[in-house]
This record gives sequence, C-alpha cells and structure tokens, in this order.
Amino acid sequence: MTLTQQIITIGMVVLGTMLTRFLPFLVFPAGKPTPKYIQYLGKVLPAAVFGLLVIYCLKDVSLISGSHGIPELISIAVVVVLHCWKRQMLLSIAGGTICYMLLVQFVF
Amino acid sequence: MNYVQKQKGPGYQGIPKRQQYWRALKTAFPYTIPIFAGFWFLGLTYGIYMNVSGFSFLYPMLMSLTIFAGSVEFVAVNMLLGAFNPLQALTMTLMINARHLFYGISMLDKFKGTGLKKIYLIFGMCDESFSINYTADIPEDVDRGLFMFFVTLLNHFYWFSGATLGGIFGSFIQFNTEGLSFVMTAMFVVIFMEQWLKDKKHTSALLGLGLSLICLLVFGADNFIIPAMIAILGVLTLLRAPLEKGEENG
Repeated sequence: MTLTQQIITIGMVVLGTMLTRFLPFLVFPAGKPTPKYIQYLGKVLPAAVFGLLVIYCLKDVSLISGSHGIPELISIAVVVVLHCWKRQMLLSIAGGTICYMLLVQFVF
Repeated sequence: MNYVQKQKGPGYQGIPKRQQYWRALKTAFPYTIPIFAGFWFLGLTYGIYMNVSGFSFLYPMLMSLTIFAGSVEFVAVNMLLGAFNPLQALTMTLMINARHLFYGISMLDKFKGTGLKKIYLIFGMCDESFSINYTADIPEDVDRGLFMFFVTLLNHFYWFSGATLGGIFGSFIQFNTEGLSFVMTAMFVVIFMEQWLKDKKHTSALLGLGLSLICLLVFGADNFIIPAMIAILGVLTLLRAPLEKGEENG
C-alpha cells in the first residue's frame, strides 16, 4: 500500500467510527422533540447494552478448552461479592483483576 | 471578570470558572483509574503490535488520536497490511462499531446543553467513556458537561499515550501483565451492577445478557454483535407497552 492508500484506509475507519457515534445526534437534533419511541429506547437500552458489553468482554473465553472459563467465573464472582459488600467501584475492579491475574499466572 | 455561565446548575453557579474546571477534573479522575490501567495495557499492546508489524510509532500515535475505538484499531492493522480496499474498511468499521448507535440514542438527553463540548463528547464516546458518563453520580456542585468532558479527555489521553509508547518501545517492553486486560471485564461487570441497582425492573438488563449470550453461542465471537443488537432492539420494541406501563406504576 502506498502512503496515500494508507491515509485513505485510516480515513475510512475514522469516518465509519464517527458515523456510528454522530448519527443519532444528527437524526434527532437537540432543538427538535425526540420521538417517544426513541426516548423509550434511550431509557431501556443502556441496561441491555451493559449486559452486551460484559458478554463482549468474555467472547473469546472457551468453555471446552484451556481453563474452561473457570478463572473468569471465579474473578467475576469476586467482583460481584466485593461490590455487593462495599460498593466501591475501584475496590471491586482491582480485587477482581488481581484475583484473575493470580489465577492465570499461578494456578491455571 | 464575568463568571456567569450559560448553563446554570443549582450547585456550581457563581463558582469561578477555573475552580469549576478543577472540581470537575478532580471528580472525574477517580472514575477513570481502571480505564487508565486497561487502556495503558491495551494501548501498549496495540502499539507493540503495530511496531512488530513494521509500522513507525507515528501510526499508532495518529490512529489512536483520530480513531479512538480500541477493537477497530486492531483490525485496522490488518487492513493496512492487506490489499487496498477502502469500501471494505468502511463497512467493517460500521459493523464493529454499530453498538455506538445505541450509546448515542441513550446520550441524546444527557449531552443536551453541553455547548461546543458536545462535539468532543460524541467524538470520544467509546465503550468506556459512555459507560462512565451514563452511570456516574455527578455531585450537584460539579458541572456535568465538564465532568463528562474530562472523563472523555482522560480516557483519550490514556489510550493515545499507551499506543504511542507501545509504538516507540515496541518489543523492549517485558513485564508479566498476563491477565491485566481483565480490568475491562471487571469494570463492565461493576457498571452492569450499578445500573442493576438503579433500575426498578431488570427485564432489559437480563435481555442484554441473555440475548447476547445466545447470539455469541449461535454466531460465534466475530459475528455476534449485530445479531445481538437486532435481537435486543426487537424484543425491547415488542415489550414496549408492558415496560412503559410498569414504569408509570412503579
């Protein structure tokens, strides 16, 4: 690829990313009333999206090979328990991550 | 000096502008600490990957600055190594990043009244910026727009600096970071829980988890996001009447 072709390729990736981010704001500008259906989606989508993101993070975990997703399962349980107990975001995240690192480096 | 701002909030009215910036930054920073760890790790990995693929550090530096969407930047390395196909680059990016459409729909209201900052807030709305800005409890005396601006700016900076350093130092970096990327998973689990604790009804959260999982099992890791989005959108649309009814009664 020439430099120009590389710049065009990167430009396309920038354009695609920006399209997905700006489109809702262009279609439903702040000055106009947003349709009720879109308002409804705006309210209920985030909870579903966070679920999607959790699954997205785990998409490459294999249940039938390697460590069978056991370190992931244990560490997520640690995050959930820590968060229910103290409800301190940083503590829950750090605890779960350290647990996962120890498990994959020393146990599995 | 005129300290009066266009968008007045109950709490930060009359506070000098400089102090407002400082306060927003101080409030935003702790929320971004896990992202700092995650982005430095992923950013370094990305920079190293570009470095060993034969690209100068200028590539990860400029790409992390202009694209700022982790997963697609890794794919972009392969695009640059393959044959020139701009249309494919565009369609692949749209597919991978389609989930941002949902973020935009959810943020239509929250970004209202943020002035010119709004453009940058939308530009920098990656998974992590969106999740923090959507769920964070921003204190009354902090300017919401500034808070979201700093969250986005800090995240952008972590990603950019990680990618650039990875690109410069490349294969010299050696330390045992195996498993550190789990910090992102842990963060999204916490954010999922925070949303769960705020919601009265958990239908949407359970649908998000369940439908995504089913689509992952059916379509595989590389192709499940679009079907999952369509399934979520479809079922939430079908459930609109009962879900909205429940909200009124709740």
